[in-house]
Amino acid sequence: MPGLDGTASDLLLKAGRFFTRWDETDDGRAVFRKGGRAGDVFYRDRWSHDKVVRSTHGVNCTGSCSWNVYVKDGIITWETQATDYPSVGPDRPEYEPRGCPRGAAFSWYTYSPTRVRYPYARGVLVELYREARQRLGDPVLAWADIQADPERRRRYQQARGKGGLVRVSWAEATEMVAAAQVHTIKAHGPDRNIGFSPIPAMSIVSHCVGTRYTQLIGGVMTSFYDWYADLPVASPQVFGDQTDVPESGDWWDASYLVMWGSNVPVTRTPDAHWMTEVRYRGTKVVTVSPDYADNTKFADEWLPAAAGTDAALAMAMGHVILREYLVDRQVPFFADYVRTYTDLPHLVRLEEHPDHPGAYVAGKFLTAADLGGGAEEEQWKTVVLDEATGRAVVPNGSMGFRYADSGVGRWNLDLEGVTPRLTLLGGEGVTVLLPAFVDPDGSGSVLTRGVPTQRVGGHLVTTVFDLMLAQYGVGRTFDGQSLPGDWPAGYDDASTPYTPAWQEQITSVPAQACIRVARELATNSEESGGRSMIIMGAGICQWFHGDATYRAVLALLMMTGSMGRNGGGWAHYVGQEKCRPTTGWISLANGLDWSRPPRTMTGTSFWYMHTDQWRNDGYSTESLASPLARGHVRGHTADAIAASARMGWMPFYPQFDRNPLDVADEAAAAVEAGEAPDAPAYVARALQDGRLAPAIEDVDAPTAWPRTLMLWRSNLFGSSAKGDEYFLRHLLGTHHNVLGEDGLGGENPRAPRPEGVKWHDAAPEGKLDLLVSADFRMTSTTLLSDVVLPAATWYEKHDLSSTDMHPYVHAFSPAIDPPWEARSDFDMFHALARKLSELARTHLGTRRDLVSVPLQHDTPGETAQPGGVARDWRQDGVDAVPGRNTPVFAVVERDYTAIADKLASVGPLADSLGFTVKNVTYRVEHEIARLAQSNGVMSHGPAAGRPAIDTDAKLAEAILTFSGTTNGELATQGFRTLEQRVGKRLADLAEGSEEKRITFAQTQTAPVPVITSPEWSGSETGGRRYAPFTVNIERLKPFHTLTGRMHFYLDHDWMTDLGEAMPTYRPPLDMHRLFGEPRLGPDGAATVTVRYLTPHNKWSIHSEYQDNLFMLSLSRGGPTVWMSPGDAGSIDVSDNDWVEVTNANGVYVARAIVSHRMPDGVVYVHHAQERTIDVPKSEATGRRGGIHNSVTRLLVKPTHLIGGYAQLSYTFNYLGPTGNQRDMVATVRKRSQEVHY
Amino acid sequence: MKVMAQMGMVMNLDKCIGCHTCSVTCKQAWTNRAGTEYVWFNNVETRPGQGYPRQYEDQERWRGGWTVGADGRLRLKAGGRLKKLLTIFSSPVQPELADYYEPWTYDYATLVEAPLGDDFPVARPKSLITGEDTKVTWSANWDDNLGGASEMGHLDPIVAKIRRESEDRIRFEFEQTFMFYLPRICEHCLNPSCMASCPSGAIYKRAEDGIVLVDQDRCRGWRQCITGCPYKKIYFNHKSGKAEKCTFCYPRIEVGLPTVCSETCVGRLRYLGLFLYDADRVTAAASTPDEKDLYQAQLDLMLDPNDPEVIRAAREEGIPEDWMDAARRSPVYALAKTYRVALPLHPEYRTMPMVWYVPPLSPVVDLLKEQGHDAESAGTLFGAIDALRIPVEYLAELFTAGDVEVVEGVLKKLAAMRAYMRDITLGREPDGSIPASVGMTEEAVYDMYRLMGIAKYDERY
Repeated sequence: MPGLDGTASDLLLKAGRFFTRWDETDDGRAVFRKGGRAGDVFYRDRWSHDKVVRSTHGVNCTGSCSWNVYVKDGIITWETQATDYPSVGPDRPEYEPRGCPRGAAFSWYTYSPTRVRYPYARGVLVELYREARQRLGDPVLAWADIQADPERRRRYQQARGKGGLVRVSWAEATEMVAAAQVHTIKAHGPDRNIGFSPIPAMSIVSHCVGTRYTQLIGGVMTSFYDWYADLPVASPQVFGDQTDVPESGDWWDASYLVMWGSNVPVTRTPDAHWMTEVRYRGTKVVTVSPDYADNTKFADEWLPAAAGTDAALAMAMGHVILREYLVDRQVPFFADYVRTYTDLPHLVRLEEHPDHPGAYVAGKFLTAADLGGGAEEEQWKTVVLDEATGRAVVPNGSMGFRYADSGVGRWNLDLEGVTPRLTLLGGEGVTVLLPAFVDPDGSGSVLTRGVPTQRVGGHLVTTVFDLMLAQYGVGRTFDGQSLPGDWPAGYDDASTPYTPAWQEQITSVPAQACIRVARELATNSEESGGRSMIIMGAGICQWFHGDATYRAVLALLMMTGSMGRNGGGWAHYVGQEKCRPTTGWISLANGLDWSRPPRTMTGTSFWYMHTDQWRNDGYSTESLASPLARGHVRGHTADAIAASARMGWMPFYPQFDRNPLDVADEAAAAVEAGEAPDAPAYVARALQDGRLAPAIEDVDAPTAWPRTLMLWRSNLFGSSAKGDEYFLRHLLGTHHNVLGEDGLGGENPRAPRPEGVKWHDAAPEGKLDLLVSADFRMTSTTLLSDVVLPAATWYEKHDLSSTDMHPYVHAFSPAIDPPWEARSDFDMFHALARKLSELARTHLGTRRDLVSVPLQHDTPGETAQPGGVARDWRQDGVDAVPGRNTPVFAVVERDYTAIADKLASVGPLADSLGFTVKNVTYRVEHEIARLAQSNGVMSHGPAAGRPAIDTDAKLAEAILTFSGTTNGELATQGFRTLEQRVGKRLADLAEGSEEKRITFAQTQTAPVPVITSPEWSGSETGGRRYAPFTVNIERLKPFHTLTGRMHFYLDHDWMTDLGEAMPTYRPPLDMHRLFGEPRLGPDGAATVTVRYLTPHNKWSIHSEYQDNLFMLSLSRGGPTVWMSPGDAGSIDVSDNDWVEVTNANGVYVARAIVSHRMPDGVVYVHHAQERTIDVPKSEATGRRGGIHNSVTRLLVKPTHLIGGYAQLSYTFNYLGPTGNQRDMVATVRKRSQEVHY
Repeated sequence: MKVMAQMGMVMNLDKCIGCHTCSVTCKQAWTNRAGTEYVWFNNVETRPGQGYPRQYEDQERWRGGWTVGADGRLRLKAGGRLKKLLTIFSSPVQPELADYYEPWTYDYATLVEAPLGDDFPVARPKSLITGEDTKVTWSANWDDNLGGASEMGHLDPIVAKIRRESEDRIRFEFEQTFMFYLPRICEHCLNPSCMASCPSGAIYKRAEDGIVLVDQDRCRGWRQCITGCPYKKIYFNHKSGKAEKCTFCYPRIEVGLPTVCSETCVGRLRYLGLFLYDADRVTAAASTPDEKDLYQAQLDLMLDPNDPEVIRAAREEGIPEDWMDAARRSPVYALAKTYRVALPLHPEYRTMPMVWYVPPLSPVVDLLKEQGHDAESAGTLFGAIDALRIPVEYLAELFTAGDVEVVEGVLKKLAAMRAYMRDITLGREPDGSIPASVGMTEEAVYDMYRLMGIAKYDERY
């Protein structure tokens, strides 16, 4: 008989029962009680609160999760996720409960000991400033006095980062900052005032107000998307779009899902459930990852491609798909798709290569101009051959139809009954030479293959499809005749690119697995109508050649008809945040209602030049070139940046070797004197004459230095600063851990020098006069700042949040007022604006500013350079023609006394010019009137009568009002405007929503779904999930590219020179060859040299939360480096041992996490680990160890500098060199386990 | 028959992404206070791994749970009540702080206050126990994502056991890497050994919902409960001197809110619901001689809320009608009893734990790389079960006292669901033979798919 214990126990228990009465089971095993629960009142008390406030986290992540913040007695207690997202339908999982452990730990910051409670300033500087202020009686003069004295300047610069911050008042802090900015405008030029604040979507109002301030004073905002290396340059290259991606709810529509270099559970934590859940619908999940990553746990198949070799795998998969689905058997669905939506049938001219007689290389697209078309736009119309008639046809939709009057109603993808020929097979086969990069050292070789050709209009041409088959090595015969050239013998031909067997040697992925996954992906697309999706991420994006890798992967989706589908296509998830109310945000942020154009700058080239990383760049651009290059890309990378800037391709600031306010005056004087027809002509001639010089040509001269840097919502020096130690050394002039060539910080004497950028033997240290940051926690950046402003947290202000991962817009709301002396970014910038306007009365008044900006994408400027050919006016005999082969020059009037008034109101240019996004202009007079009613108008001053945006809530309202996604009237208006150009029906996508207005109050109540708008490429109409490019595919609206189609082929000379006209494989950079770093592997003694990767961190969002006690308690409690047992064993390192990771750039000190989930030869130093928590002194330098980016540096890929040519044109965060960092190698050594702080 | 109601939870490990949001929201709500710094009512373990506190599953050492003696009677593994009484003043066998971890903080204030020096200020780690400088060497989640596993993995008691039986079954090598996450809260057992261990009678099981609580007034800090609990889910508050444990968020449950850990679960893998069970049969079930029969014995205790006999008996016990409705709609009953895909954690501890787990399926086919199979075809998925990256033996040691067949049966159901649903997803005629092959109807598989895949809020709780 079952029972408990033994007889003695039973007796004991019965004795006890005599004294006590309770309800129990017959055998006395369990006791049940009712009532008398006073002992538990503790927990009931603890679960009590006075109010619950909805807010979210303005952190650089794409979660945009709605949270409930609990408040008791005016104190924030904790947070839990909101679960009331509007439903996505009965047969799908919902978005609730978005969140992650990091967000759940946020409220810790509110009262933490690392909270910035008051304004602080560098003690040394404060003393100097107070003395000068006292002596001179004027803040601006005081600032100028300090800057004029090199000794005093050095004193406070060298104190940066070493403690010694002292409390100051808000009044004194804003006065110092405003004085520095006014002095800079006056003495050096407004384009020496720099601002950096990334990712608007994460707190739209806070980003907007500071950017608006910066633009109103003529300052420069540096970019983030490209700077973070999150921008997939392949996106502008292929799609003519910055990035557009499916919301995570659309993963549910995929029937084949690949995660390629994207660790979804860590980097898209709130969205990962869609991936786990879609498996239950029978969707196969595949991961491609060099380590056993968090997401590998869910994968039906794991392809462990060696780090950085992914393109080899993708090329081989493309080889299989082209062979089996488009050549041996042509799937009609795929063939129709590529004919309509890609450039595959478009004709390309072949040119005989000068060094290889009888062999050809692919040249430019054949255009209508080549066939005798006379109008200017004919140079922008590409050509196909009609399958039926064999005649050349100029299809609608290319760039030549986009801006010209003749293109009205014809900018569309309607082939109007023509079936373009994909291949010219049967035509004369000629030998083509194709560059390849198969050697691990990165050097190029030449493949000899063949294409069928035809003569059209006297030009020898082939199709992009024929070129692609040659590139991928898919041989064909016609009438028993093979095409010329060398072709692989079969899939198992390991010696010839790009076969499955060839890739196996490079990636270690078995050829059979490569073939099988390629077939599965293509077959799934065929069966499902293109519902194969590839989630792509930082693991493949952030490499130097990440664009090439992306193009190789995107090709798989384009070949299989998967782009522009719900459940299909690319899903690029790294840093891709979508500011859904984009027109309102970008127009107000750039101050376009008061003055145009704004100054925006590519971050990577800005920091590469101004932190002097160019001085140590180990290679010239030629070392990247194809053996078939024709000399278009040459010289030092700094030369390429300078050339790109002067030809109007990419921006560079400061603009000139002098103050652009003075240049504007000089230009005005010249025009007045009749010496020049207008200011732009004056500037062009002055540049050509040498009276004026681009600042970049002597970038180290004090005239070219950035002078003030304002950081908010960012932690540049603890997070994104690739080559962090160079920033400390050259920009800030404080101590640094640059180890250099000699281990002592020396520059590399063998590094090539530029021709067009002046070399100074002694590099400047301490370019920056003032570093200001606003934050609510102490970071590496606040420690280095001269002025630290206490920011309100995300639970202490009004703001807006959106993302592309879900379709909602929702609000931040204050759960409490900012405690201590904290202020919202909004209030901070308004205080600053008032002080600057006041100081301007004495020192600036109203000035004209000569603003120089590049030729921009989605404007007619992108058709300024036909064929992508810009003639460099620095060469003899070439004229500088403004806006053709130079930047665009414009004069802007700035009333510096009215900055505060302008900041707080919507200016008149909104009425007269409207707001333009992607070449669709929205007329907003009606919206202005409505906003004036809801927000009120300014009662007096320079902005009297203008709608007020003088509180954060009102600015939020204005942003929502001016955006199509949140204002149905504008969405419909935009579609109607677009319809005229496209000639296809579009407005129905927003019709029915004309009356819909998303107000700020609604977003505070619950997340609100957005409206389909021409601002984006997909459709939410009818409750469908957002997928990019569905409007292009379904409504025949062109992509914003040269052909109007998705591009496999890029014919720009710089692309050709780098051997990347088509998708290809480029190995990770050989840092031994380029920089003299040690070869990979253990040295047999104390060190091992490894690929140094910085993937995203499970326990932080970049640097945010990496100092949070909860996250530190759940992780290893400080900086770490993940290593394989093999690498750790080679240097006698055990788990949790202290190690040092070094290379020429600096040193990182951390504890090792040894795990067999890591492959040999690779370490993970998760992004972003700062030097604020548990970082001891390094043995290498005796100084505090560095951040994760102390052992990286900037490497600029020249092809990212192309501009002025259709989709390869500049727009802020759309195109620019990426701050990639994954090709780094570093050396790990065990250090003494006795650490000192 | 004595019908009682029990709140239960199911966690679908096949969906767990290991994010630890549950741990953080729980800690913020309940244990971010002095005395409980080291306490995580909810924690998430990477398996293989040692768990928290480390090696808590080694009952030869920690003496938690129950055993059945030769006489067929159930005894606390740490000793029966008589022994408890006689040894009440001696130190119980229980983990020390170091086995949990020594909580720490940092001298953050240095970052704000450091005077001008010659280097960056830095916040050093400080022990929250002693206030002194410390080096961080262990935590509640030290081996997260297999950190240190190549050196310490053999210390996982389950790894050790499997290796004793087959030396090369689990190797910590790159190509064979596997892992999954195991979130844990108090099991709110039907047969709680903590309660039986308490000399003060301070631990009780709520009559209406079975939640196990420590009466903070009656607790005398004997700490016998910590020994008694084989899951080590009772903690000693070193400030108050009392035992504390997961409360199943009863202040929330009572007002119709899910537990914090459930509602904030980003993977959407937690289900809450009512069981009805026969309290009179618990001791007998817990005394089932063969450990491998305990799962079935526990399942048999769960009463069918649609059975007229059960309904009658429940009414007799005064269980309200709306509770009966809740029991009928209970997702935990559906997953545990109807579909039989949720399994109890360590049934061999004989506590009849009420937090159930759907074992993780993935990944399936990568070991079949060379064979060219299609992942979604029914044959491949079934064929692949014995080639799972996660050894079935490991899962069986967790959930079925080593009975591999039960775990395989669950995994086959999950695989069948995927294979069956693929045809529906692609608009093809579904293949009824797939559900039949795992003993399910098409309707049941579809319903299970909706519960596990679509998993709406109202259906999870």
